[in-house]
Amino acid sequence: MVVAAVGTVGAFRLVTSKNVVHAALYLVVALGMVGAVYLLLAAEFVAWVQILIYVGAIVVLLLFSLMLTKAPIGREALDNQQRGVAALVALAVFAGLLLLIRDTFPDQRIEVQATNTADIGNSLFRGFVLPFEVVSILLLAALVGAVVIARRDGSE
Amino acid sequence: MIRLWLPLTFSAILFAAGIYGVLARRNAVLVLMSIELMLNAVNVNLVAFSQYLKDALQAGQIFTLFVITVAAAEVGIGLAIVILIFRNRETVNVDEVNLLKW
Repeated sequence: MVVAAVGTVGAFRLVTSKNVVHAALYLVVALGMVGAVYLLLAAEFVAWVQILIYVGAIVVLLLFSLMLTKAPIGREALDNQQRGVAALVALAVFAGLLLLIRDTFPDQRIEVQATNTADIGNSLFRGFVLPFEVVSILLLAALVGAVVIARRDGSE
Repeated sequence: MIRLWLPLTFSAILFAAGIYGVLARRNAVLVLMSIELMLNAVNVNLVAFSQYLKDALQAGQIFTLFVITVAAAEVGIGLAIVILIFRNRETVNVDEVNLLKW
């Protein structure tokens, strides 16, 4: 409950913060709290992957690109004119989801069973080998693509 | 014992915040951050249902790992494109980039 509350605050500050660097740091808070939720749900390996990949790598990447693009600071520079409509749409989606959740799962409970890294590894390399390989190809393609896109022209 | 609606509601909050961010932000990097938030909401749902349904294969957690990988690839490509646009147009505001506009 507390973890979810902190994560909510982080997410809200992320989308409303006036300073882009603060927004990135609030993203760290929100993602860290998502990792904590994974830990509470006894999904140990996923939690550590979340911390490593998201908080470790992706946020650093985002901060770097914020620095490289000299992002301006201030509400007018960061938000566009559709803020009211956007808030309305987001609230409508949230209300709909909440209604569905409370309607469908009024008092079901999760009996948490611990899953350790060995379980995940067994499942991953027995049942999901093909998706694993496809994802690795995708990652390689993304790596090469990012290098090609971001490289300065004129070398060839 | 965790009530199932708790992680689901958390994920709905994250998703709604992500939608607001995608719609209301002008900076392309912030839009990417909001997309990350929405992907995380989906991941929370996957893990919660994987535990709720007591899946023997832990398919929910495996797919969470896949989603994290794809999100990493997406952020890499997205930021490369953002930096390229900034180099060409001196701006990263999504409403000023109208090269593809008819």
